[in-house]
Amino acid sequence: MSTTSDRLDGIPAAEVADVELYHPRSWITKYVFSQDAKIIGIQYALTATAIGLVALALSWLMRLQLGFPGVFDFITPAEYYQFITMHGMIMVVYLLTALFLGGFGNYLIPLMIGARDMVFPYVNMLSYWIYLVAVLVLAASFFAPGGPTGAGWTLYPPQAILSGTPGGQDWGILLMLLSLMLFIIGFTMGGLNYVVTVLQARARGMTLMRMPLTVWGIFTATVMALLAFPALFVSCVMMMLDRLLGTSFFMPALVEMGQRLNHDGGSPLLFQHLFWFFGHPEVYIVALPAFGIVSDLISTHARRNIFGYRQMVWAIVIIGALSFVVWAHHMYVSGMNPYFGFFFATTTLVIAVPTAIKVYNWLLTLWRGDIHLTVPMLFALAFIVTFVNGGLTGLFLGNVVVDVPLSDTMFVVAHFHMVMGVAPIFVIFGAIYHWYPKITGRMLNEAMGRIHFWVSFLGAYLIFFPMHYIGLLGVPRRYHEIGETAFVPASAHTLNAFISVMALIVGAAQILFLFNLAWSIRRGRPAGGNPWNATSLEWQTPETPPPHGNWGRDLPVVYRWAYDYSVPGAARDFIPQNQPPARAAE
Amino acid sequence: MEGIAQTQAAERPGGMEGFVADWSSDQRVFKNVSWGKAMMWIFLLSDTFVFGCFLLAYMTVRMSTTVAWPNPSEVFALEIFGTHMPLILIAIMTFVLITSSGTMAMAVNFGYRRDRRRTALMLVVTAIFGALFVGMQAFEWTKLIHEGVRPWGNPWGAEQFGSAFFMITGFHGTHVTIGVIFLLIVARKVWRGDYDTGRPGFFTSRGGRYEIVEITGLYWHFVDLVWVFIFALFYLW
Ligand code: HEM
Ligand SMILES: [Cu+2]
Repeated sequence: MSTTSDRLDGIPAAEVADVELYHPRSWITKYVFSQDAKIIGIQYALTATAIGLVALALSWLMRLQLGFPGVFDFITPAEYYQFITMHGMIMVVYLLTALFLGGFGNYLIPLMIGARDMVFPYVNMLSYWIYLVAVLVLAASFFAPGGPTGAGWTLYPPQAILSGTPGGQDWGILLMLLSLMLFIIGFTMGGLNYVVTVLQARARGMTLMRMPLTVWGIFTATVMALLAFPALFVSCVMMMLDRLLGTSFFMPALVEMGQRLNHDGGSPLLFQHLFWFFGHPEVYIVALPAFGIVSDLISTHARRNIFGYRQMVWAIVIIGALSFVVWAHHMYVSGMNPYFGFFFATTTLVIAVPTAIKVYNWLLTLWRGDIHLTVPMLFALAFIVTFVNGGLTGLFLGNVVVDVPLSDTMFVVAHFHMVMGVAPIFVIFGAIYHWYPKITGRMLNEAMGRIHFWVSFLGAYLIFFPMHYIGLLGVPRRYHEIGETAFVPASAHTLNAFISVMALIVGAAQILFLFNLAWSIRRGRPAGGNPWNATSLEWQTPETPPPHGNWGRDLPVVYRWAYDYSVPGAARDFIPQNQPPARAAE
Repeated sequence: MEGIAQTQAAERPGGMEGFVADWSSDQRVFKNVSWGKAMMWIFLLSDTFVFGCFLLAYMTVRMSTTVAWPNPSEVFALEIFGTHMPLILIAIMTFVLITSSGTMAMAVNFGYRRDRRRTALMLVVTAIFGALFVGMQAFEWTKLIHEGVRPWGNPWGAEQFGSAFFMITGFHGTHVTIGVIFLLIVARKVWRGDYDTGRPGFFTSRGGRYEIVEITGLYWHFVDLVWVFIFALFYLW
């Protein structure tokens, strides 16, 4: 295999032999128990979308209750808690994490770095099936006696396992903990694959500093997840023991309904530290892949190289590292040592620096670019705006004195929906519009795409902008009903009703999107191999959709970075990564 | 962008830049590390965080509890032939586990020499030491349970003592047990010559290599190392 290397100017010979691929023999091993990362990626994506729709439906129910209190009296306070809990947990873990890492990670990593598959396809397959079981266990809790847990997505003890919380003394909390543990085990199997594939299985010429930023984002996020999920895993184990065996890891001495409980001496704060040691990196586990993908979308659709590639890479890595030392900004009101607040506020503000660098670089990439307002580009732009917006309110909340009065108000809900709810979802949409042609060979319908975009974009602002204001008035989060309170003016109730109507409309737009996905598989315009004239490797596969093994007989060889757009003197306005230097001018 | 296209051909720069260039070079970051080994190393890193969290949690509850902590060297003492010996069982267990790391290292060495029979033999010996360790742990658990130690309470003081003890040693013991099972599977494959003939695995349908012995070894040494920390932080403190 190294004989051809002499011809290739400056590209070292292959260091590893081409892999031995597993060739499925039956329909089942090809499409169901598939070991092909692309199929696994699609399985992840479909499962995540399915459970995500449940979370969406829950948000409608919550909004109905908040907008029209008293009208929908089948939504009891206990059920409202269950809805927010399941909505939050599903959105953060089972939808966003699974879709970005399991979905896009599996589909894109091998294609973008020029590999045939993940390094351990069998383990990769197991990863998906364990994830599926985790999702099923989670969904089962809706049907368990007592219903799902209503502890809030943060699952804080002691309340999470007390009888006053829905599911606390029933099945709800147990199924939630079990499901999370399964998710973590399944994720670890996949995550190890993604990391090793990026580190050790790149194509010839694909140095780390030539990788598309999408790969950098997913890679760094996966490393973070492998280090952050252990904290959640351990807290799940301990809470499970507290609940089942009556240990007191998180449970202090308690009196419930006049009864002294059999717990003593545990530390609820310990749970909060462990949870947020996972929880804050989790925000970036979702955000970093979004950062990466958005960089590629912007560069491709503005026909311009990404501005400051190296800075972008380092910013991703530094954000990843810093995000492990900011966790206690979620705990300013928890009663921890106040000096901690000082430390964590500082680190929180420091992390804004690399983040701001990324935003400037996106803007500078757009500057004087040949901007094509395609649907992926629209979503990418929407991401930048929304992320900046959420980031700015983050600076408020990162400061102790500002956070204390705002803590646990709707302001916080508005903030995190902007920054880690809406913004990454926009990237997911943009990414789907961008890569759907590669996955299916057909374009998504443009008109439907534009309607979907404008309704979602404007709608998201109409939902979450007013929510900041409601929060500033002091309306608390996680309240079933505010009731007649002196500090909440009547207009706030009208606003709440307005938000709810918007939420329903935005939700309906997602049905249009799903319809588009299904419709375009057969009816969409045929896309060809490289509809966006993009440079990165996944667009250069010999066949579209790429078959098992991706590259046919010969692996690609990489001669340049992924951002050779509008190079002066080149024949076309893009040069694919696998085009040799001598031919670039042709 | 010609410059970028040619960085590979140019001389590698020195200093910090050279460091980055080396690490980020073509195809592989770790030049002499196979995929399997890389994967095991990264898994162990992740697992370190799991054990780290367990131990930190134990130390936290040990501080948060308001009741006195039982004295480990009293609790873990045995009467042997009428002599009172603190921590004796743990000392033996630790010794057994560390010895097993030695036999594991020998197995890896024989594996490199393609010495099929001795590799298999050493793997089995390692597995026996591992099983012995788990056996002694089971004995220790039984003894404590007889004396009234439960996850939710014990006769001598803070209930977190029992909780942390059963949880952490249980979790570690599970690791050892999994290790023993893997050792036996690998031993069987070595013995049968699967790694010489490239016979495909039952589940994965792919051929294995002798390297698997070394990868199992990495896991085994890790489980050993973790025990040293548990020993120091739980039994000696
Ligand atoms: C159509 C879009 C969405 C709507 C209308 C919506 C609405 C809501 C509402 C009404 C709440 C409860 C507020 C309260 O009473 O405290 C909530 C909570 C939450 N949402 Fe969303 N949401 C949406 C999308 C998302 C997305 C994409 C994410 C992903 C990160 C997300 C994550 C969360 C989280 C983590 C909570 C907190 C749950 C808790 O307090 O335990 N939401 N959402
Ligand atoms: Cu945070």
